[in-house]
Amino acid sequence: MSVTATYPTAALDLDTDVLVLGGGPAGTWAALSAARAGARVVLADKGFCGTSGATAPSGTGVWYVPPDAERRQAAYLSRDALGGHLADRRWSMRVLELTHASIELLAERGYPFPHDDRGAPAHGSLQGPEYMRLMRKLVKGAGVRVLDHSPALELLVDGDGAAAGARGVRRQRGDDWVVRAGAVVIATGGCAFLSRALGCNVLTGDGLLMAAELGAAFSGMEFSNAYAISPAFASVTKTLLYKWATFTEPGGEPIPGAASQGGRSVIARWLAKGPVYAQLDKAEPSLRESMREAQPNFFVPFDRVGIDPFTQRFPVTLRLEGTVRGTGGLRIVGDDCATTVPGLFAAGDAATRELICGGFTGGGSHNAAWAISSGQWAGAGAADHGRRVRAGAGTTRVAAAAGTVALREGRAAAFSPEAVIRQVQDEVFPFETNYFRSGDKLGDSLGRLDGLWASLRTADAASRDEAVRAREAAAMTAVARWMYRSALARTETRGMHRREDHPQADPAQLHHVLSGGLDEVWTTPSSPLTRPQAELAA
Amino acid sequence: MIELVSAERCTGCNICVSVCPTNVFDAAPKGVAGGLPAIARGQDCQTCFMCELYCPEDALYVAPEADQPVLVDEPTLVRAGLMGGYRAAIGWTRDTAARRRIDSTFRLIKGF
Repeated sequence: MSVTATYPTAALDLDTDVLVLGGGPAGTWAALSAARAGARVVLADKGFCGTSGATAPSGTGVWYVPPDAERRQAAYLSRDALGGHLADRRWSMRVLELTHASIELLAERGYPFPHDDRGAPAHGSLQGPEYMRLMRKLVKGAGVRVLDHSPALELLVDGDGAAAGARGVRRQRGDDWVVRAGAVVIATGGCAFLSRALGCNVLTGDGLLMAAELGAAFSGMEFSNAYAISPAFASVTKTLLYKWATFTEPGGEPIPGAASQGGRSVIARWLAKGPVYAQLDKAEPSLRESMREAQPNFFVPFDRVGIDPFTQRFPVTLRLEGTVRGTGGLRIVGDDCATTVPGLFAAGDAATRELICGGFTGGGSHNAAWAISSGQWAGAGAADHGRRVRAGAGTTRVAAAAGTVALREGRAAAFSPEAVIRQVQDEVFPFETNYFRSGDKLGDSLGRLDGLWASLRTADAASRDEAVRAREAAAMTAVARWMYRSALARTETRGMHRREDHPQADPAQLHHVLSGGLDEVWTTPSSPLTRPQAELAA
Repeated sequence: MIELVSAERCTGCNICVSVCPTNVFDAAPKGVAGGLPAIARGQDCQTCFMCELYCPEDALYVAPEADQPVLVDEPTLVRAGLMGGYRAAIGWTRDTAARRRIDSTFRLIKGF
């Protein structure tokens, strides 16, 4: 196969079957799976594969349910109700099945699972540093070429509109890379808008923008207003232990209805007025050591500032986790996690997770299971596609750079990434716009975001030093517009999407909201979901 | 945010430069005795503590304050056992390796 290039040559120029963008759980499982299928694989991470992303510094429960039909059905139904009945039973079952098998594989490969009080292996949670250190080792052992500190700037597209690789920079070397590939997996995570939620500042929606530049569609972008509790001063957005918290106002009185689960919106309403405090006073002393063992990182901020969270109050805040703990992302149209663009596959938080949890995620466990499963399906799908494309020897394949904003010459001066980032944050952080939504406020905000996008569109290319930041700013702007356009389209309250002006679920809106577009953002409802009577009765 | 690269402890191995997901450090200059990685882009630190976990010398300190820099004093941190304290807690030091297998999440979540 010969390739006609219409992009600048790069310091590092590679040709491969599969290119995986992102080196978190989804990207590493995708790379492993593609390599296992016999493909040549390159994995490019914006940071360092093994520490990048929301999982590595954190740790997560896993949606791990043994192969017992009743337990699995119960697991599916419990989340389905929270998620507003947008989940899919078949996808839920295949995720539970593959996740279970994959956790067994991790155990075989040396993940140090603990034993529970009866001496049985406890496979329901993963410590982030251990998990991702092992995943890096497995990926390297499988012969995957890993490019660290190599953010992608744009995808390459062939003459038929199919994904054909990507181009980016090696930011610690000050040069650039291009990888021509038969297929590309987008595993770049969700978008948390640089809120400093734990591990989330690499998650700026870059892959979503790149995919949209090839015409990819999204689903469920209205489910993008997840906020996590953290100490007001710190980054540790782990919420499980707040189950044992009492939330108080500055005077020390408990706030009625405030809770981590089922009362987080109450915390948001009080935070809009002033400080809110928490104390883990409901944890029996006998449980406290278990809490430390389970989540050592939760205690790091407290130990370092000298607060005992069990006996002392501390101020809390809510940090936006956007689509990371929301469920919206790239639309999946095949069992192999194909997107609507040929040759482009999606995995993990970059893809919609509505298939297993509809419009609500309250914890990492579904996302963890989804990353493990979708990663492997996307990797295998990309391997199959990529090898077929590359087997078309003798044909000439054009690979043109497909990026837009901040990468091409414009009519106006290059924009300031930092200023754009602040403008987007001002639209997506406030509870009164994003947490508690209404048509008026969403519309106003969207008008400003559309105007911002139009100004980015006419700006000149960013300098080499600013290109990564400028593309992050552009991606955040684009993601915010898909979010709010979708939120406007869903004129009801369902899952995490709350419309103050439409406080009830509307049975006529039991569908996904699909979206996409750059200069003109569009939304359209999917066909109505049909649900077997047996499921509804249960 | 990352506030300290200890001149006393750092060997200039540059592991932190590699593992930092947000590229906060510049590498220690080559061939310079006692050269240290520099905190070149501290404002990009996301306070994820990964550099501390990977530092074999416990030479780094990430202050928990995520939104603005704070002043730290190395002797005070050492006395308080905070340098390397998190790495020890997760079992990533030789003396604490048994802790890698301790994860009592199953006691906190129903159904595990």
